[in-house]
Amino acid sequence: MTTALAIGQPTDRVDGRHKVTGGAHYSGDMLPGTTAYAVLVGARAASGRITGIDTTEALQADGVLAILTHENLPKAAAQPPLIPSLAGMPAPGQTFFPFQDDVVHYAGQPVALVVADTLERAQHAGALLRIAYAETPSVTTLDQAREEAYEPEAIFGGFVPGRNTRGDIEAGLARADVRIDATYTFAANHHNPIEPSATTAAWDGDQLTLYDATQGVAATQLTVAALLGLTPSKVHVISHYVGGSFGCKAMIWAHPALAALAARHVQRPVKLALTREQMFTSVGHREEQEQRITLGADKDGRLTALRHHKLSPTSPFDDWAEPSLGVASQIYACPHYEGVYRLVRANTMTPTFMRAPGEASGMYALETAMDDLAHQLGIDPIDLRLRNYTDMDPNTGNPWSSTGLKECYRRGAERFGWHRRNPEPRSHRDGRRLLGYGMATAGYPVYGPNNPQRARARLYADGTAVVQAATPDFGTGVATVMTQVTADALGLPLDRCRFEGGDTTLPTIAAAVGSSGAGMISAAVHTAATNLRNQLVAQAIGDAQSPLHGADPATVTVRDGRMMLRDAPETGEGYAELLHRNVLPDVEATGAWSPSPESAHYGMMTFGAQFAEVAVDPDLGLARVRRMVGAFAPGRVLNAKTARSQLMGGMLWGLGQALLEANAMDPHRGRWVASSLGEYLVPVNADAPEVDIELIEVADKVVNPLGVKGVGEVGQVGAAAAIANAIHHATGRRIRKLPITIEDLL
Amino acid sequence: MSAPHVPSRAPAAAVLPERGPEPVKITLSVNGDEHTFDAEPRVSLLDALRERLSMTGAKKGCDQGTCGACTVWVDGRRVLACLTLAIACEGHEVTTIEGLAQGDELHAVQSAFIEQDAFQCGYCTPGQIMSAVALLKEGHDGDDAEIAEWMSGNICRCAAYPHIRAAIRTVRDRSRDPSHGQT
Amino acid sequence: MRPISYSRADAVADAVAAVAADPTSDFLAGGTTEVDLLRQNVLLPRRLVDINDLPLAQIEDRPDGGLYIGALARMSEVAEAPSVRERFPMVAEALELGASAQLRHMASMGGNMMQRVRCGYFRDAASPCNKRDPGSGCAALDGFNRGHAVLGVGEHCIATHPSDVAVPLMALDARIHTEGPHGRRVYAIDDFFLLPGATPHLEHPLEHGELVVGIEVPGTPMARTSRYLKVRDRESYEFALASVAAAVTLHDGVIADVRLALGGVATKPWRARHAEDVLRGAPAGTGTFRRAAGAEFASARTTPLNAFKVELAQRTMVRILETLTGTGTPSGTETDAAPDTDTHTDPGREGQP
Repeated sequence: MTTALAIGQPTDRVDGRHKVTGGAHYSGDMLPGTTAYAVLVGARAASGRITGIDTTEALQADGVLAILTHENLPKAAAQPPLIPSLAGMPAPGQTFFPFQDDVVHYAGQPVALVVADTLERAQHAGALLRIAYAETPSVTTLDQAREEAYEPEAIFGGFVPGRNTRGDIEAGLARADVRIDATYTFAANHHNPIEPSATTAAWDGDQLTLYDATQGVAATQLTVAALLGLTPSKVHVISHYVGGSFGCKAMIWAHPALAALAARHVQRPVKLALTREQMFTSVGHREEQEQRITLGADKDGRLTALRHHKLSPTSPFDDWAEPSLGVASQIYACPHYEGVYRLVRANTMTPTFMRAPGEASGMYALETAMDDLAHQLGIDPIDLRLRNYTDMDPNTGNPWSSTGLKECYRRGAERFGWHRRNPEPRSHRDGRRLLGYGMATAGYPVYGPNNPQRARARLYADGTAVVQAATPDFGTGVATVMTQVTADALGLPLDRCRFEGGDTTLPTIAAAVGSSGAGMISAAVHTAATNLRNQLVAQAIGDAQSPLHGADPATVTVRDGRMMLRDAPETGEGYAELLHRNVLPDVEATGAWSPSPESAHYGMMTFGAQFAEVAVDPDLGLARVRRMVGAFAPGRVLNAKTARSQLMGGMLWGLGQALLEANAMDPHRGRWVASSLGEYLVPVNADAPEVDIELIEVADKVVNPLGVKGVGEVGQVGAAAAIANAIHHATGRRIRKLPITIEDLL
Repeated sequence: MSAPHVPSRAPAAAVLPERGPEPVKITLSVNGDEHTFDAEPRVSLLDALRERLSMTGAKKGCDQGTCGACTVWVDGRRVLACLTLAIACEGHEVTTIEGLAQGDELHAVQSAFIEQDAFQCGYCTPGQIMSAVALLKEGHDGDDAEIAEWMSGNICRCAAYPHIRAAIRTVRDRSRDPSHGQT
Repeated sequence: MRPISYSRADAVADAVAAVAADPTSDFLAGGTTEVDLLRQNVLLPRRLVDINDLPLAQIEDRPDGGLYIGALARMSEVAEAPSVRERFPMVAEALELGASAQLRHMASMGGNMMQRVRCGYFRDAASPCNKRDPGSGCAALDGFNRGHAVLGVGEHCIATHPSDVAVPLMALDARIHTEGPHGRRVYAIDDFFLLPGATPHLEHPLEHGELVVGIEVPGTPMARTSRYLKVRDRESYEFALASVAAAVTLHDGVIADVRLALGGVATKPWRARHAEDVLRGAPAGTGTFRRAAGAEFASARTTPLNAFKVELAQRTMVRILETLTGTGTPSGTETDAAPDTDTHTDPGREGQP
């Protein structure tokens, strides 16, 4: 039954049964021994100092085990720098660890940690704390600090320069026949996975075990070890199931280390789960931002110049902005370019990665500007994009390792019925509703890890295999697809392979962020499993009793758990026979993979095309998305089912970004105005239309051994722009702010 | 105030016994089994299930009634366990995701969720499934718009919504088709 | 949540006596407001008296064609009741457009009448709020108030009343029946909800221990074709930005009678009497409807963030009146419901030339 390759098949998730029965255990589901409960108390003030903490009443409350504040919590051993977790190093989300002194930098900053024998008691004691502040004026919005903006040398943990130019922007603009010049504003966004971050910490002597909701167990391990001054070998992190992340569990925030400190203090396992409200102030966010685009083109629509500036607030500690200008600087041929980030310091925590970090906002601005250009020049929006197609990365001149973008436009347009669109705005109606059809380009870079990615494969004498790598599965389907990768590499039926992950005792994998997971983990797993197969084949060839004795390894193939000569399949034997005959309980191999040096000479990007149909009730200002179509070229597809699901999720995130998701600071109080899922609106089932996805496989020999480019984020890129372009087509109105809400369309 | 006052004498009232605020013995019937444990009256059904009875299928997503991850049934009706006090469930039958499958045999909706890939991270899934099975029983499965509306109390941040609808449709259509077994 | 003790009552008199005798006791029905706000430390009772076992879940026909709905009937039960769906469709619609299926199974009708506002500053126990902490000020006045009220507002509170179902009940002149330490009372629904004025902490004229036991809906033949239209950012599971409950009778194109109430825009469920006055006796038509809606909002007071609600609510009124009277531009959009799902299956078909 396994002659067909497992890779690419729409295999059901291997953890599906656990997930539908309640048998999947997330970090907050752990109860190791007599667990105590910790709650964080956040600062009421947005700026100032703590002048006193009266713990009297709280300490007298039933069941309270400890109240930890800056006055009694042990200081951090070291503050590691902010480096994106894909680098594989300690990865704090900000270079600020709370409880070091009495200074309050932002509202919600942890100022007390209450531990009690039950959750209810800990929460109540937290409410009984009397914390006094000497408040100073806070700055939390762009409007409050616009004048103080500065140009950072680099953003994004130092990985992205603050300014990027090519050609001569002024010359390019001077050469333009037409110009689009517009400013775009974006509300702040929050990840809000349905699982709030949670850590359960347990000490056994000086050995710490953390059950943590994280995108990378090694990131948690290294960060906590650094903060606590422990050797990483003493920190064991387990994270089998993670209830969504979308970037807010990609960096390691204060709570895992605080859970460990609390557990050490009370000498009991401690569970620390953030509340929903704390998810708005504890794990980063996508910052409020303003982008200005000046775009020049000749009368045929070919871009002559693109100037793209961004202004956004960051924390007092770090120069962070999501890299909104990245893909927008690479997606089209344009000789003259200038991209500049500017920041203002504000009383917020450091913003962080949030799905399609930067691409989702930057491509909204560029792709709606392109729509304006198409409209102004009377060129079909797809045609305009084809005229500006580039087969190399314009920033470096390196050719794309693979593209598929033109095919995405073509297939997406076909599935959507684009040719039936009358380009004139307000030309399609359904009763009172105005219908609009919009499209946009999608692109997301292929990132590679800094360090070798490792996996281990083991074959047992019964002919079953297990492959291990430390990655957790936060909904990507990694356990499922790695089982498929293993099956093909070893030539085993899928049901005889198993993947184990989510544990630092397993071979190290960097945090699966930036859509890099499938590519780098499959590379490690494929390498390990291939090494194991080669080892088994070599053993058979060297075994005088094997039918394959003396064969040329290049002529041996594996299938259905059997090694055989490709041209004479009857000559061979099963893995199990080999192991039994040699009295071996198992055979094991490891594998490690790093991006090839050659990949530095290529531009690497996943491309796609987005289409949306929107119905607008112009009287009531209601915009509803009726359907979305996306065509994506993510290299090789490891599992058509899980890949589609991720892309669909990304596209619907684009819908949320376009029409619903917004937070703002109350400038008088320096606090977020939305701090619940009743106020911060994410799409519900009734908001989500049917989503039609086409996967266009393109061969890519550069990115990684299996040619996998990733699907986690590209689904969101351009989706909001396609919706906004559809709204423009429906109504003739160009809204340059996200989200687009009723008051914009009345 | 213009409200007419209707005079009536309140009958003599019995003094109501008071339990708590210290931990009291609470007996809950969950998935057909009786469980007795000590907990304060303020403990929610969700925290009782998860922290006292180690039944962690129902999930805490907000603790505010805004996400649906804690959806369970009380006396067969889908409710939010986070806004329900455990002590108020005494004398009522609680059903959780752990009680849905018959031994190793999954409920049709559970199987359909796997088949349609109606989840990614899986955290909201127990709530989605408890809601979906109830929706089918309530008869709110007429068309996709109705299913979507009546599933809108369960947020899925992975946005598997179209697949969730597909899973519900699958079970609905199979149950209508006499060639398939009852669900 | 502070520690609480718990009592369960099985007779109304016991429940009322228990709460009336103790200023620190609250009733517990569906819990969807009470437990939520307990956990937020907004409500601080010492004891909860569980009234869910009281025999107050009836939905009974009245001889006048009206209904008596027990306070413990759940929102979902009332929405499903054939008598409600046939005779008072706007009540069923308002119920089913409120909250989520789970919350509707939990929330009682009495509790719905007693629910607290969703103002973020009220829910945040540390913000100034005259409703929660009289005299502390109102953070919403200069805060984020996009969702706040434009009618019935004052210097002390601009929180929007959140109920959907109270809106059609207001249009129907429902009466709220209570039982308290001083016996049974009946309130006209308009009197049951207080404007914030200088005392936003007083939301109802009830005394402590007075329990809502039922809602009486007078027989109203014109309500058989009534509708409830709710507008919000999200397609479901959200409070209204504006909503309208309406019933109209026409004679020869002239409006003979009309009932109109608004949600999402006022500090209490809002009977649109000014609009009704304009409409009664006037010819049905978009011009009349606009004039009526304008009359209702003449006294609106807005902030920069919520000013759009004045226009939105008026357009919502016009839309529902057009729908009910079959006037205005082509129909097909009677509610803000999801676009016709049939169109999903045929890419780009509809509306095409």
